[in-house]
Amino acid sequence: MNTNDYLALNFKDIKDYSDLYPQSRRDFFKRLGGGIIVCVVMSEFLAAQAQEERRFRGFGRGLPSDFNAFLRIDENGHVTGYTGKIEMGQGPITSLPQMLADELDTPLGTVDMVMGDTDLCPWDMGTFGSMTTRMFGPALQAAAAEAKAVLLELAAESLKVPQAQLAAKDGAIFDKEKPERRVTYGQLTQGKKIERHIEGKPPLKDPSQFTAVGQPELHRDGRAKVTGAAHYAGDIRLPGMLYAKILRPPAHDAKLKSMDTAPAKKIPGVQVVQDKDYQGKDLIAVFHEFPDVAENALEQIKADYDVPEARVDDKNIFDHLLSVAPPAHVLASDGDLEAGRKLAVKTVEATYLDGYVAHSPMETHTALARIEDGKATVWASTQNPFGAQGEIARALGFPAEKVRVITPFVGGGFGGKTYNQQAVEAAQLAKIVGKPVQVMWSREEEFFYDTFQPAAIVKISSGVDASGKTVFWDYDVYYAGERGAQQFYTVPNHRTSGHGRGWQGSEHPFHTGAWRAPGNNTNTFARESHIDQMAAVAGVDPVEFRLNNLSDARMVRVLKTAAETFGWTPAKAPSQRGYGVACGIDAGTYVAAIAEVAVDAKTGAVQVKRVACAQDMGLVINPEGAKIQMEGCITMGMGYALTEEIHFKGRKVLDTNYDTYEIPRYSWVPKMDTVILDAKDKPPQGGGEPAIVVMGAVIANAIHDATGVRLCQLPMTPDRVKAAIQKT
Amino acid sequence: MTDTISFKLNGKPTRLNLDGNRLLLWVLRTDLGLTGPKYGCGQGHCGCCTVLVNNVALRSCLVAVSSVKDKDVVTIEGLEQDGKLHPVQKAFMAHDALQCGFCIPGQVMHAVSLLNKNPQPTREQIVQGMNNNFCRCGAHTRIIDAIQSAATEMQGGPAQ
Ligand code: FES
Ligand code: FES
Repeated sequence: MNTNDYLALNFKDIKDYSDLYPQSRRDFFKRLGGGIIVCVVMSEFLAAQAQEERRFRGFGRGLPSDFNAFLRIDENGHVTGYTGKIEMGQGPITSLPQMLADELDTPLGTVDMVMGDTDLCPWDMGTFGSMTTRMFGPALQAAAAEAKAVLLELAAESLKVPQAQLAAKDGAIFDKEKPERRVTYGQLTQGKKIERHIEGKPPLKDPSQFTAVGQPELHRDGRAKVTGAAHYAGDIRLPGMLYAKILRPPAHDAKLKSMDTAPAKKIPGVQVVQDKDYQGKDLIAVFHEFPDVAENALEQIKADYDVPEARVDDKNIFDHLLSVAPPAHVLASDGDLEAGRKLAVKTVEATYLDGYVAHSPMETHTALARIEDGKATVWASTQNPFGAQGEIARALGFPAEKVRVITPFVGGGFGGKTYNQQAVEAAQLAKIVGKPVQVMWSREEEFFYDTFQPAAIVKISSGVDASGKTVFWDYDVYYAGERGAQQFYTVPNHRTSGHGRGWQGSEHPFHTGAWRAPGNNTNTFARESHIDQMAAVAGVDPVEFRLNNLSDARMVRVLKTAAETFGWTPAKAPSQRGYGVACGIDAGTYVAAIAEVAVDAKTGAVQVKRVACAQDMGLVINPEGAKIQMEGCITMGMGYALTEEIHFKGRKVLDTNYDTYEIPRYSWVPKMDTVILDAKDKPPQGGGEPAIVVMGAVIANAIHDATGVRLCQLPMTPDRVKAAIQKT
Repeated sequence: MTDTISFKLNGKPTRLNLDGNRLLLWVLRTDLGLTGPKYGCGQGHCGCCTVLVNNVALRSCLVAVSSVKDKDVVTIEGLEQDGKLHPVQKAFMAHDALQCGFCIPGQVMHAVSLLNKNPQPTREQIVQGMNNNFCRCGAHTRIIDAIQSAATEMQGGPAQ
């Protein structure tokens, strides 16, 4: 298996609307003033990534044929990079300028990004899969390298010095022999309009020459965010706008029987709309100039529904899913499983379960739509503005260029905001009432319409020989998706099979989708728990057992680093110390974590006391930003590991707010030691997701080490831990 | 029903004619255009909507606007004084204690209130004091550090 397989992201469920974009460069550039504009088309340089993206998405055409990145240097020497990617806390608004500044030899302060505006930015499929830096970054760098080549040509003319004699620094080009002979980028671009279109090619700079890349940078948007000046979709105000609240069924698929809107209509200023959406479904909404009044009016609507009989719930869901499971397709295999079985002196068989998990960003899905002169403008909290644009265009029956999606700051996404229902709702309602309309989902709506991480099952059968080597590995994953399923230990006889279409099976009672590092949380939980079980039956220290079964040097290095950072000393589990270890690969990044937990045997409560986490993510653009992402992953990951699980009956979601759905809090936060290994020679990899994948297993393994009890179901709630302890 | 409600908002006398039962959060966000306080849950769980009322943190999604009559209300927009950020705001920036930023106005306001009550909290007191303010991105550990150093600075200790 080659490393490419680890990168499998499976974005098959992200709808492709790229065919709707006849948008030409002309349209873009007409709007811009003078200066230098460089567009990059992905070519061989990015072919591998492009192919990969296409493969994941399952479309013949994953990338636009027009261009993927462009940047402009204006007449003041100011640099602007344009990207359809968005900022939702993961930091590209800070890290992408670092890449540009280095490539262009210009101060970081003169570089800005315009992000997620479909009228201004080139088409992009969305912000997910930790792809912004590792795939989009190089395209932007190539554009910067080209822009610099143009600047050098212009400077050679203007200074009358051969190009070879010129060098660039701090936004100016100078004669190496007479440095006082210099000309700034602003002077060079003055009064010119130069457009270049290039095929992407690798940037010329060697990473060792970087000065901005690799430096810790504070979030650029920090000031805006601590003063309340940062605007999210719900903070945009337009004259005459109305706030809409939409009538929702109590369960998915419930049928409206009867309804009385009269009491709502009596409230002064309230408007009620009873219509159908573009798919012919009921669209019943109340409007008011104040959202709280609209909300009160909605509560006045008495509606009766036929709710279909509930067959599945959070208890029997796994039986149900197994009973309707699609057949296996083999993802990877080698050797001969039967022969491997015969070599085993000890075998371990186990089934691992994972429940539905909500994305639950603090900002609920929100959008504001305005339709004016046949053009819709929608401010949306979205991870894929171009996807939203396509969906809105279809719903309104507009051509795509008559829809502009603007993405303000996004208050967290984690995969959930690739789903743009709220933007479509706002646009349809704006069309109906003829005024700008804001739709801001309530927390209850957010839980109801969330595209949960799917409930999933993993079955593993494996064995070790007398020397503690894994001799066979038979792995079946149901519904989680393939990401992270392929294992990286050295096993001569193995098979990995997937059942179900990734995260989006119709077998689920509600929508499921990509959740931060989709599939990998479940797969890594299962694999690393199982590896620990094998270490235990082999009677070997779990770190040593892993090292015995690893040949991948990058993984060995991160594991050893995590062990050193933690201060690991070998012992067979359960050692009663409460130490656990887990490794994983996600989005091209290698990660290993070691945790210490304390378990209260009486209540079953688990406290994670400290986590050491090491990561090899190739070239690091912003080490501080990368560390923040690791801390965020560790903290958020404790949620799916310990408490987060959607309760439901049939197609009714029982969790409606944080009173029953518990997410990590301050009191959970462990001491964290994060280490990013120096790997400048390798291309940058993903950082927003990898460290979250190990959290389920590292805690499960630590609980086992503390108590001798093995939890095979996530989340490891106090009740489950207590029950497991009492069984022994 | 229309009530007249006067209070101080970010230092300025403010007078509203409106239904006094309306929730403070929405009056601030819509009628008054102060969008710093955010909606996160509407039930008092998350703290995204936190403002200061007479220097004490309050969840504006839970209280009627009439309850702030004659009181002193400060939102995140009003924390900056004469163009100078509050030490807590500065510390959040210096510690990079934010990601998506959506929870941050509430975190900052709650932290200010915490330090008003207890100017030199221990780490454990900060954790307990902040425990009902949610952050989905996981910025907690840096927020704790930021509050600690803001406390130091406010005591006249080393500036960051
Ligand atoms: S919105 Fe007020 S506490 Fe959550
Ligand atoms: S920074 Fe995103 S919720 Fe706290």
